[in-house]
Amino acid sequence: MTFSTKSLLSAPLSRRGWLAAASGLLLGLSTFGTAHAADDTIKIGILHSLSGTMAISETTLKDAMLMLIDEQNKKGGVLGKKLEAVVVDPASNWPLFAEKARELITKDKVSVVFGCWTSVSRKSVLPVFKELDSILFYPVQYEGEESERNVFYTGAAPNQQAIPAVDYLMKEEKVKRWVLEGTDYVYPRTTNKILEAYLKSKGVPAEDILVNYTPFGFSDWQTEVSKIKTFGSAGKKTAVVSTINGDANVPFYKELGNQGIKATDIPVVAFSVGEEELAGIDTKPLVGHLAAWNYFESINTPENKAFIKEWHAFTKNPKRTTNDPMEAHYIGFNMWVKAVEKAKSFDPDKVIAALPGIKQANLTGGVSEMLPNHHITKPVFIGEIQADGQFNVVSPDDPKKAKLVPGDAWSDYLPGSKDLESDWVTLKCGNYNKVTKKCGGQSS
Amino acid sequence: MSLCSSLSSRPRSRLISRARWLLAALVVATVALTTPSPATAAPFEDAVALFAAGSFSDSATAVGELETSGHPRALAIVKALQDGRLFADEASKAVFIKDEAGKTVNAVTGEPATMPAEANVVRLNNRLRRRVEAALGSLTLLSPDPATRIAAAQAVYKSRDPAALPMVEAALQKETNSAAKSALNAARAAIVLFKPDASEADKLAAVATVKARGDQDALALLSSLPGDVPRAVAESANSAMATIKSRLALWSMVQDAWYGLSLGSVLLLAAIGLAITFGVMGVINMAHGEMVMIGAYTTFVVQDIIRTSYPSMFDYSLLIALPLAFLVAAMIGILIERTVIRFLYGRPLETLLATWGLSLILQQAVRTAFGPNNREVGNPSWMSGAFDLGQISITYNRLWILCFALAIFVVLLAVLRFTRLGLEMRAVTQNRRMAASMGIATARIDALTFGLGSGIAGIAGVALSQIDNVSPNLGQSYIIDSFMVVVFGGVGNLWGTLVGAFSLGIANKFLEPFAGAVLGKIAILVLIILFIQKRPRGLFALKGRAVEA
Repeated sequence: MTFSTKSLLSAPLSRRGWLAAASGLLLGLSTFGTAHAADDTIKIGILHSLSGTMAISETTLKDAMLMLIDEQNKKGGVLGKKLEAVVVDPASNWPLFAEKARELITKDKVSVVFGCWTSVSRKSVLPVFKELDSILFYPVQYEGEESERNVFYTGAAPNQQAIPAVDYLMKEEKVKRWVLEGTDYVYPRTTNKILEAYLKSKGVPAEDILVNYTPFGFSDWQTEVSKIKTFGSAGKKTAVVSTINGDANVPFYKELGNQGIKATDIPVVAFSVGEEELAGIDTKPLVGHLAAWNYFESINTPENKAFIKEWHAFTKNPKRTTNDPMEAHYIGFNMWVKAVEKAKSFDPDKVIAALPGIKQANLTGGVSEMLPNHHITKPVFIGEIQADGQFNVVSPDDPKKAKLVPGDAWSDYLPGSKDLESDWVTLKCGNYNKVTKKCGGQSS
Repeated sequence: MSLCSSLSSRPRSRLISRARWLLAALVVATVALTTPSPATAAPFEDAVALFAAGSFSDSATAVGELETSGHPRALAIVKALQDGRLFADEASKAVFIKDEAGKTVNAVTGEPATMPAEANVVRLNNRLRRRVEAALGSLTLLSPDPATRIAAAQAVYKSRDPAALPMVEAALQKETNSAAKSALNAARAAIVLFKPDASEADKLAAVATVKARGDQDALALLSSLPGDVPRAVAESANSAMATIKSRLALWSMVQDAWYGLSLGSVLLLAAIGLAITFGVMGVINMAHGEMVMIGAYTTFVVQDIIRTSYPSMFDYSLLIALPLAFLVAAMIGILIERTVIRFLYGRPLETLLATWGLSLILQQAVRTAFGPNNREVGNPSWMSGAFDLGQISITYNRLWILCFALAIFVVLLAVLRFTRLGLEMRAVTQNRRMAASMGIATARIDALTFGLGSGIAGIAGVALSQIDNVSPNLGQSYIIDSFMVVVFGGVGNLWGTLVGAFSLGIANKFLEPFAGAVLGKIAILVLIILFIQKRPRGLFALKGRAVEA
C-alpha cells in the first residue's frame, strides 16, 4: 500500500524542495532529473527523508549538506569541478531508500551519497551500495556490529557514546541501579544488549537492571514513568539510560516533569535527544537530565562559532540549532573532499582506498581521523540540559581538550562479536575473526 | 540563621577549606601588593570567591561553607546559584548576582555593581545541584513561610546531612504548622537513621516516623539503611517496609485505574469525531487523524500570536483556540466532503485509498507550512502541575482532558438528539431516500455531518496538543486507536464509543505493568479481534432496519 510515486528530484540548490515535494505528492508523478547539467560538474547524492516520520530529523541534514556543497563550490569545487547536489526523498519508507539509492547511483551517476538516519534504512540500502560499488556516508550514532567496504560511519559507535555515558554515571553520580528504556527496534535493542553485558561485567547484579521497550511514537508514558519511579525507590541511586527515539521523547520528558522526577533524583541520559529534539519542549523541568554526544552546539570553539554563523546565514534563520549528525556530515564531507584530492579521482574504488587515514578537524577543537574500519575517532561529551534548551558540557572538564575515542565496529562486550575485527586496509575484511583467522566469521 | 551548626564537626571539609584559605590568602597577598585593598581574609568572602575557580568541586566546597557560615547573604547567593543567576569573573575572583530584573549586585556586599563582560555564569552539575538543594534546605528551615519550611524539610530529608540535625531540632521546637512539623519530624528521623552514633531507641522511633509517612521515599530510605544498624532496628525497618509495600500495592491499583481513565479519555477524544464520520456516516476516513493535527496546529498558531502580541492572555489561549480549531477543521472537512468523498459514497475501498492519500497531502502541506519539527504548545497555568490524592499524584492536564472529553461527549449527544441538524443527520443516515422525500437536502446534511465530525476532531486536537507532540505526524498515531475504539464500541453508536474508549484505556493500563507497553498493545489487539469474532457489530450493535441501510 505504498504510493511509490511520491518521489521527486529537485533541482540543485533549490530551496523550494518543499513545494516541489508537496506538488510531487499531489501530482503523484514520478518526476526526475531536471539535473542534466554540464559534464564538468560532479554530482553528490543526498538521501534523507523529507516527508514522513523521519523528516523531523533528516530535513536538517539535507540542508546541512546543501550548505557544505555550496561552501565547497565557493572555494572552487573539487579538482577544478563544481559540485552539484541531487536531493531525493525516500519518505521515511525503508524499501524506498533502496530504490532511491539505486536511482541516484545508476540514473544520476552520483560520485558519493550522504544519507540515511535509522538503522533499518541503512540496512536497506547496503546491498545496493555493494552491488553498484558506490560510497555512502552515514552520519548518525548507531548500534555498531557492522562494517562495510562501501560505507563510512561518521556517527558514534556504542563505545563512543553509550559506554562513556554509563561510565560517567557510575563515576560521577555513583549510580547503582539502571533502567534501560528504549524504543522497540534494532538500535535500542542492540545498544541495550551491549550495555547490559557491560554493566554485568562491572559487577552490577541482574536485579539492578530493568530493560523496557515501548513502541515507536509512544505517547502515554504514565505507567512507564511510574514504573521507573518505583524501581528507583529501592534505596540505591538509580539512573535511566534512554534510547527512546524520535517523537516519543517529548511526552516522555513531559511525563517525567509531571511526576516530579528531577535530575537530582533519577537522572536520565539520552542518546537520541539533541538540540533539535529539545526545540519542541519547555526544558525548565528537565534541567540536569543528560545527553551523550560527540558534539554540542554550546561548545565554544572558533570552528564551531563559524559553522553556526554560516548555518544561520544559509538557512536565514538565526534560531536554527545545530546538532551532532550535522557535525558528522561536516566531517564526512570534508574527508571525502580530501580523499578525492588525494586520489586525484572521483572513482569510488580509488576514493575508498584513499579515505582511511584522512584527518579532518572537527568542530570541537580536535582532529578526527578515518580509521581502517571505516569509523572515525571522536571526542565524547556528556551534557546537561539547560533551561534555554542547550546543553552544558559537564564531562570532560575542558571540552576543547577532550580525548578522541576510536570507533569500534564490533563490540567487545557481546559474545558473538568480541573476536571480530574490521580492517579494510591490510585485512580487506569487515568481519575478520581473530580466533579462527578467517574473514567472514560472524556477521550480524 | 543559627550559629550552632557552624560548631558541628566536619574535619575533612574543614581541612580542605583551610588549604583553600591558605591559597586564597596567598592570592590576596599578591593582589594586596599591587592594589591597596583592605586584605581582610574573612572566611565568608573567601568561600564566595571559590565560585570563581570554575570547577564543580570548588563550588561544592563554597556551598558547604556558605551553609554553615550563618552569614545573612548566604541564602541569596545559594538561591542565585540554583537559579543560574550567579556570575563569576575568573580574573578578579569577583562574584555577582543578577536579579530577575537584570540588575547586578556584588554577591558579598549586596550592593549594585557592574559586571565585567568576561564574567560567566557559575555552572552546575547534578552533584552540585543536590548539594545546593541540601544547603538551601538547612538555610530555609526557619523561613517565615510554611511552604518554604516544608520544602526545606523535604530537602533535608533527602540529603540526610547530619550537620543539619541541630537546625532541624531548633526548627521543631518553634514549629506550629502541623504539615511542616510532620515534614520536619520525617527529616529528623532520616538524619537519625543514618547517624552512626544515634541511640537504638532514637532509631526505632525514627523507623516508626518514616513508616507513618508511608510513601515511596520512605521505602527508599528504609531499604538503603546501612548494614551495621542494630538488629532490632533492622527488624523493625523490615516489617515497616513490608507494611508500606502492601499499602503501596493497593494504591498502585488505584493509580492504574486513574491512568486507565486518563488514557480512555484521550482515546475518546481521538475517536469521537470518527464516531460521526465513520460511525454515523460510514465513511472510512483515514484523514481523521489529520483533522486532529490541524486542530493542534491551530492551537499553536493561536498561542504564537498571543505570545508575540498579547502575552497576558496566555491562560485563555486554549479557550480561544477551541472555536477556531472547530471552524478550521470543519471547513477543511466540508471541503473534502464536497470535492472528494461525495463521489465515493458506497465504495468503501476507494474511500479508504482516497482519504489516505488526502491524509498524506494534509501532512505534507502542514510540513511545508510549519516545518517538520515539533512546535511548542505551552500549558496554561491552570493546566500545569499536579496534586496528591493519597499516595498517587494526579496531574491537572490529565484531569482537565478527562473533563473535557466527557463534556464534548455530552454536547455531541445533545446536538444529535435535540437539534434540528441532529434530527436530520439521523434521518439521512438511517434512510436516505425516505429523508430525501421528506424534503431534507441530503447532500447538504452529508457535508454538515462530515464537517461536524471533522470539527470535533479539531477540538480534540486542541486538547491533545497539551500532552503530545505537535508535529505533522500527530494524527497518524491516533488513527489506528480511533478505529479500534469505534469498531469495538459498535459502529453508529456514540455510547459505544464512550464505553469502548474507557474499557480499552483501562484494560491497556492494567496490562501494561505486567506485559510491558509493546506486548500490552498486542494483547489488546488480539482481544479486540477475538471480541469482534463473537460480536461483529461491537459492544452496542445497532438493531433494526437501519443496519441494512
